Amino acid sequence: MVDILNEIKRDYVRDVVKRGKRIDERKFDEYRKITVETGIIPNAEGSAKVKLGNSQVLVGVKLDIGIPYKDRPTEGIFSTSSELLPLASPTFEPGPPSAQSIELARVVDRGIRSSGAIDMNSLFIEENKVWAIFTDVYALDHDGNLIDAAALAGMAALLSCRMPKYEDGKIIRTESSGKLPVSEKVATCTFAKINGSIVLDPSFDEEVAMDCRLTLSTTPTHLCASQKGGSGAITEKELLDCLDTAFRKGSELRALLKD
Amino acid sequence: MMGGKTDRKLIVNGKRLDGRGLDDMRPLTIEAHVLNKADGSAYVEWGKNKVLAAVYGPRECVPRHDSDPYRAVVRCRYSMAPFCSLEEHGRAGPNRRAIELSKVIREAFQNVVITELFPKTAIDIFIEILQSDGGTRCAGLVAASVALADAGIPMRDLVSAISVGKADGQIVVDLFKDEDNFGESDVPIAFAHRNNDILLFQMDGKLTKDEVKTALEKAKNAAVKIHALQVEALKKVYERQAQQNVQ
Repeated sequence: MVDILNEIKRDYVRDVVKRGKRIDERKFDEYRKITVETGIIPNAEGSAKVKLGNSQVLVGVKLDIGIPYKDRPTEGIFSTSSELLPLASPTFEPGPPSAQSIELARVVDRGIRSSGAIDMNSLFIEENKVWAIFTDVYALDHDGNLIDAAALAGMAALLSCRMPKYEDGKIIRTESSGKLPVSEKVATCTFAKINGSIVLDPSFDEEVAMDCRLTLSTTPTHLCASQKGGSGAITEKELLDCLDTAFRKGSELRALLKD
Repeated sequence: MMGGKTDRKLIVNGKRLDGRGLDDMRPLTIEAHVLNKADGSAYVEWGKNKVLAAVYGPRECVPRHDSDPYRAVVRCRYSMAPFCSLEEHGRAGPNRRAIELSKVIREAFQNVVITELFPKTAIDIFIEILQSDGGTRCAGLVAASVALADAGIPMRDLVSAISVGKADGQIVVDLFKDEDNFGESDVPIAFAHRNNDILLFQMDGKLTKDEVKTALEKAKNAAVKIHALQVEALKKVYERQAQQNVQ
């Protein structure tokens, strides 16, 4: 369906970018204001809420005991899901997860998993028993770039995550045996290509107007996950320029995360 | 997905486990127009991968609320047969991975199909992975691209796709399953042939900027070869038809 208001806004956003500006007057490589709050759901082993401009994402982490995969008997389980809650946007509807929701969860998952931030072997308990980490992304308010907000909240939630005590084959949730070991802080930067220009951290209106987007997850030295979305094309040079920016902005994002 | 099991050697004396050099692709054969009912189709064998793609459309868009008054909508369903892998029986129908891949493949084709010519219609791409051995999304893209052309759908370009990555510290072209599972990185890329525009780009694993550059370069070289095979497959259809007309 065509949303007339979006069509008009789309032309406006593209026109502004063409003139070298953004509708909220940010620089092309500037994030909106970011705040990170951790430990806001004490019942969850780890939790964090990220505000990225007017976007808000909550991530909760639960630890359970799981059965390891047959081909990886000593490795823990890491699983990420996402809910684009109907309260977050008029465009989100109740029902089975959309492709957008699945993509969001899988992009966040790949960044954390590939970076090696969590040593899967450290989650081994005993034969046929490993820790299973369930990371749930809850989109609360959608004003664009849910990917970066979710990735940052996910990282913050994992860094704040406690290990429940394990005794005689049971989990004692009220007692903790220390923190979940996390060895790397992965930073995820999403760019939008709008009318031939690349902007960092697209707002909702910019996402409506974009031709495509590119997400790059980095550690200080390596690219560790990426996803292009949307039907527009990017050039090799644009990709490598974005990678430079992602490395540079990565340290800003990491500075927002506590150990 | 990368497994990070580094105890397994993937390159011995400069050769990969299946005997290939670092830049060698697995044998790739493409046959266009293999199905009768579909408007366009193609069958691809790429190493041990066996992939069938079919295209229907432009046709009426059902459900109608999916349609666009200005252009055709391009839809894609990538799905793996429950018997396609050497491992246990899979579940029928698209899983979360398949839904994500369907989305990024569809987006790559939205770029090249001239959708403005067919407002209010749908162009459906179906990709069935019959046997999988790593790199199935690229094989699916290569097949679907030929199927779209076979259906006579106007396109700006053919799409060629290749997976590059890192195994045992080396950048390798066209990862097969073990390299995908136990290697250090996997980067599937799709290019538009005429200008090397990147239409699909995904990545996991760990790569430095220089390694990303090398991977892109190797992918571009491989894509040229794949494109030539796609064109060849399409030409053969017309040769076959011309011969039938003579008889």
